Amino acid sequence: MSKKIHEELERWEKTTLQKAISKSPERQPSFQTTSHIELKRLYTPLDVAEIDYCEDLGFPGEYPFTRGVQPTMYRGRLWTMRQYAGFATAEETNKRYKYLLEHGQTGLSVAFDLPTQIGYDSDHPLAEGEVGKVGVAIDTLKDMEILFDGIPLDKVSTSMTINSTAAILLTMYMAVAEKQGVKPEALQGTIQNDILKEYCARGTYIFPPLESMRIVTDIFAFCKENLPKWNTISISGYHIREAGSSAVQEVAFTLANGIAYVEAAIRAGLDVDSFASRLSFFFNSHNHFIEEIAKFRAARRLWAKIMKERFKAKRDESCMLRFHTQTAGCTLTAQQPDNNVVRVAFQALSAVLGGTQSLHTNSRDEAYALPSEDSVRIALRTQQIIAYESGVAEMIDPLAGSYAVETLTNEIEKKAMEYIQKIDEMGGAIKAIESGYIQQEIADSAYQYQKEIESKKRIIVGVNQFQIEEPPFRDILRIQPEVERYQKEKLSRVKKERDSGKVKEALTKLRKAAQGTDNVVPPILEAVKVYATLGEISDTLREVFGEYQER
Amino acid sequence: MSRKIRVLIAKPGLDGHDRGAKVIARALRDAGMEVIYTGIRQTPEQIVNTAIQEGVDIIGLSCLSGAHNSLFPKVVQILKEKGADDILVFGGGIIPVDDIPGLKKAGIREIFQPGTSTEEIIQYIQKTVKTT
Repeated sequence: MSKKIHEELERWEKTTLQKAISKSPERQPSFQTTSHIELKRLYTPLDVAEIDYCEDLGFPGEYPFTRGVQPTMYRGRLWTMRQYAGFATAEETNKRYKYLLEHGQTGLSVAFDLPTQIGYDSDHPLAEGEVGKVGVAIDTLKDMEILFDGIPLDKVSTSMTINSTAAILLTMYMAVAEKQGVKPEALQGTIQNDILKEYCARGTYIFPPLESMRIVTDIFAFCKENLPKWNTISISGYHIREAGSSAVQEVAFTLANGIAYVEAAIRAGLDVDSFASRLSFFFNSHNHFIEEIAKFRAARRLWAKIMKERFKAKRDESCMLRFHTQTAGCTLTAQQPDNNVVRVAFQALSAVLGGTQSLHTNSRDEAYALPSEDSVRIALRTQQIIAYESGVAEMIDPLAGSYAVETLTNEIEKKAMEYIQKIDEMGGAIKAIESGYIQQEIADSAYQYQKEIESKKRIIVGVNQFQIEEPPFRDILRIQPEVERYQKEKLSRVKKERDSGKVKEALTKLRKAAQGTDNVVPPILEAVKVYATLGEISDTLREVFGEYQER
Repeated sequence: MSRKIRVLIAKPGLDGHDRGAKVIARALRDAGMEVIYTGIRQTPEQIVNTAIQEGVDIIGLSCLSGAHNSLFPKVVQILKEKGADDILVFGGGIIPVDDIPGLKKAGIREIFQPGTSTEEIIQYIQKTVKTT
């Protein structure tokens, strides 16, 4: 059979194809993906002849999970539609959450402002101008109570994009649940808690890597005992891609970081099968439709192999790469912003065809500001149209078996594995970050991508071709400066009303735990309950752990 | 013969989005300028101090967190206080159109929006900075 195809392919190339090319050559001498994978003009059964169906693809819900992590995928339950949202104060963000839930969103995703993410209270000098800007400002448990007011925490799942201060926000969430009468074991959600990508792409680190890794593994251990349904980490390629990496680098650096977390947890005495099923992932969905679908499938298979072969995980659940996807913010253009609706739709579709567990679709106006309510609704509707109208959710992994998709899946896996081996030789992800290797690789790709746009090797519609004169885009969400004042006043009220003796006591306990080897999460929980501020808790840890300086 | 233009690319505030800043820094370097990049999380004071120490002609500020209205003018103000207001300032990032007039009034010479080519920024700097 394959001999026949081979002969026929050669014949076609020499005759039909040659005739066409000699009349009119192809648009480019070669076509490449962002990962420098050279694309063939035609994929045939010859390209996938080496694939062993049962070994390499298998069945959904079974190792190596190439075809998806659940046996019924979206026929059973659609992905969680989860729009990342948060701005200004807890009061305003609470309204936006209720709006999203009313419009059919099925999970919450909290965006915190930068001071909250970096461990500064709203009244800290470095917080000036940043309060409530990229997310909601949370200083104390009081803000968290307002944020989730009227939202039953046993009914929703909540994802929190929080890293250096993850333990603080997680314990605040637990404290709010307790006040609602909801037990910790009923809580469902995710904290990002992925500190390694903060050093190499996102920038909200506080402490040096080793101290940060200790907090991460303390959280793993704490959740294992107390929050069995909670995803303790969301190992994120999203920001690595946003910072400019290629698709292959996104997979490689994310899984390399994943390996570092698993190793750290094992070193901290945890059994791999006791925590691995609570690891979750977060990927970007970029422009190259087919490469992205292949990327998700490749990541799933590669992680499964790493868990089974490298870490000797015994449970299937430990090998399952479950992931959230966000469409690529960096592909949104300020020019002709309505075109972004179309970009987002294609990116969202490739995430769904790649088997995502949850999805955030970006809004058309995000090259200008945080999205307006109208824009967010279109973004959410985009997901609903894919889910209910397109038909793609009715079959599992419908592009499997495509010669092109399977070939790219193989190539991405292979190239990502080569990077991971290189990082292993350097001593692992932490060493590769400390030496600046990963940052440099990402920066090189980003620069090359920009050069391709400027040389028009890469066309961005409305930016370097098909431009129009257009009026400036004005209809955006603005965060008023009064937000900062209001937030500071609220903070000072809480500080006056709380029992400062109890706060002092709680912080002393936390300091002792941090200096020793006790898990730091329980004393953080105690501190947030007596309304210690996020800044006070972070400062206590800063004194013990020190601060990281960018190299 | 004119000397090389010296540029400081800086990230004021808590914003960690440094893709644009790094790309611009590299493009300016490739265009023959001497470029210093501060790294992320710089205060306006730190930025001005670096600019003075390094003797730069112009500072490029990058901010995507929405804090530009308080951070950019502060850099210009501190430059003035230190008598270094011969150093020019431009900026870029996620900056709404309606904020641009206010920023220009505060002394920021130019604001570049997403989608600007590095070539445009190179030409702007070459035209604006006098090196002869």
